[in-house]
Amino acid sequence: MAFRQFGAAAAVTVVLALATPAHAVTEIQWWHAMTGGNNDIVNKLAEEFNASQSDYKVVPTFKGSYPDTMNAGIAAFRAGTAPHIIQVFEVGTATMMSATGAIKPVYQLMKDAGEPFDPKAYLPAITGYYSTSKGDMLSFPFNSSSTVMWINKDELKKAGIAEIPKTWPEVFDAAKKLKAAGHTTCGFSNAWASWVHIEQFSAWHNAPIGTKANGLDGFDTVLTFNSPLHVKHLENLIELQKDKTYDYAGRANASENRFASGECAIFLTSSGYYATAKSTAKFDFTSAPMPYYPDVKGAPQNSIIGGASLWVMGGKKPEEYKGVAKFFTFLSATERQADLHQKSGYLPITKAAYEKTVKDGFYEKNPTLQTPLKELTNKEPTENSRGLRFGNMVQMRDLWAEELEAALAGKKTAKEALDAAVARGNAMLRTFEKTAK
Amino acid sequence: MEKSVVFSNKLLPYLLLIPQLIITFVFFYWPASQAVWQSFLREDAFGLTSEFVGLENYTSLFAQPEYYASMLVTVVFSSLVAALSLSIALLFATQADKNLKAAGAYKTLMIWPYAVAPAVAGVLWIFMFHPSLGTLARPLRWMNFDWNPLLNGNHAMALVVMAAVWKQISYNFLFFLAGLQSIPKSVLEAGAIDGAGPMRRFWTITFPLLSPTTFFLLVVNVVYVFFDTFGIIDAVTGGGPAGATTTMVYKVFADGRLGGDLGGSAAQSVVLMVIVIALTAIQFKYVERKVQY
Repeated sequence: MAFRQFGAAAAVTVVLALATPAHAVTEIQWWHAMTGGNNDIVNKLAEEFNASQSDYKVVPTFKGSYPDTMNAGIAAFRAGTAPHIIQVFEVGTATMMSATGAIKPVYQLMKDAGEPFDPKAYLPAITGYYSTSKGDMLSFPFNSSSTVMWINKDELKKAGIAEIPKTWPEVFDAAKKLKAAGHTTCGFSNAWASWVHIEQFSAWHNAPIGTKANGLDGFDTVLTFNSPLHVKHLENLIELQKDKTYDYAGRANASENRFASGECAIFLTSSGYYATAKSTAKFDFTSAPMPYYPDVKGAPQNSIIGGASLWVMGGKKPEEYKGVAKFFTFLSATERQADLHQKSGYLPITKAAYEKTVKDGFYEKNPTLQTPLKELTNKEPTENSRGLRFGNMVQMRDLWAEELEAALAGKKTAKEALDAAVARGNAMLRTFEKTAK
Repeated sequence: MEKSVVFSNKLLPYLLLIPQLIITFVFFYWPASQAVWQSFLREDAFGLTSEFVGLENYTSLFAQPEYYASMLVTVVFSSLVAALSLSIALLFATQADKNLKAAGAYKTLMIWPYAVAPAVAGVLWIFMFHPSLGTLARPLRWMNFDWNPLLNGNHAMALVVMAAVWKQISYNFLFFLAGLQSIPKSVLEAGAIDGAGPMRRFWTITFPLLSPTTFFLLVVNVVYVFFDTFGIIDAVTGGGPAGATTTMVYKVFADGRLGGDLGGSAAQSVVLMVIVIALTAIQFKYVERKVQY
């Protein structure tokens, strides 16, 4: 009996051994949060990579929204079943980088795998967000974007606005004209409330969000975005919200279609909205740089990025890391980056891909796609505009939005709301600092 | 000859109980004790470092004004949802209990919403009441009603209450209907012969005889609003605006899952657990007295 079982097991082993090709294919799990057209792009990238060589197989898996994907990754790590690559949105950066041991820094990965890797080939405005203060790249930027102002050119014309507004006072004026011309429920609006009105607003005006270069230089950072400039801006919004010259549209981007539907003719949101705008807006639209207050010295500075990057999880086999490194090299290829950028509207991550797109004359036909790049490279980044890195940023954004909501609903003054956002945020940062050691 | 069956084996009853006990232990006591233990720790999201901090998670929790705000929100939210879902379901059940044509179809349709997942229910309500997309929000705007759950806390609360009530009515309906059908017709007929109108019959005969069902549903509904509604809140309002719909259980979810603060989140679930145990105990001690079995 025992012998027969042994025999059967042996037979199975032999069959399996025969069935496997001469060399085993190493599987690389890639968890991501891309939906719609971007999901197709992810699958296509994996297919192309798998077809390009026979040693590794990248298996992409959709894991839900950005927070869902990140939490799935964290839970999987705790259970010892983490994927090799996980896509984490920009605000998860501090949480990921503080998890020494749970992640494998990209610069380390490339060095260990012996893959050619020049950090200088990448656009600093993008990689800076995901690098240490020494410039070591921790995660691989995948889809990057920035805030731009989307403009419904047809409606602006109808309302008699000759030029696209450049400054906040001009935007307010244009919004009043739009409202008078029939846009009674929305003069202008925006998605991603905290990202637009606190994070990007600060960088664009060269004002700090927090100390220590917005947290890039250390977790002992303290929030400072309750300055007179921030208070003044929020006061303006509160005033305009009263008659819907400005109309708050929520914390995330569910309300982006208020632009495509024609309701809001001026709408600030991610440049990654391009693909959706292109397919849903039935009017002539374009994107313009974010507005600024002309009386602020040095404004506009440069914008910061949003989007997501690919993190490599720790504790995997060297063979698997080699595959991940090869995949990153594959993603960085100039042709591929240029192609990805032109199709998805997300930013190219290498300088060569950007230059190629310029040389191809792509932006002459599609100036919309160049707006975020112009913003990011507008000036040499300062301490206030390199990026930001706050622990617990995922929840922090909601907390900031809560206070903005309280102010816009008239429950708090602008100063009270921003003071509360700063105080509550700082309490959260101190908790994070204690765990991040 | 002895008539009642007696098991001579002393071990057998315990053996028969073991599966139930194991399930209770593994799925209820063990996770609950884990939550209690976690609430004394400070841990990063990845579980790489873990430090015993005693009651620090609790003291910092009770120092947050937002936590008291969420308690108030919970009281408003749970009383509204429990009261509305129970009373509307009772109304529907009494109507369905009459001799109707197509009563079967009506009853089936009433039960359907229960099969909808909370998050999906939330999304359905968003589509109806989203300020700019909603099919029902547009008529509201035409009527010059400034419907804005994105900024108006009361509107947002109304929205999550409606979604949570809608979701729970089916369940309550089912139990009320079963309860109504078990009330002897002869009692009601006797009342009718004595000259009691339909309303009087309902309040003096049906309602008291239905009280065991009502009591059971009250307990179940309170547990439902306390624990099962965060999916709806997450999908509809995300706890906003300005925390107007952040209930205690939603805060547990937000702090633990979005904030990665497992210790603080565990401390909140322990507090929540204590509150619900206390509430259930009160219900059994005081409300149950009025129940007529």
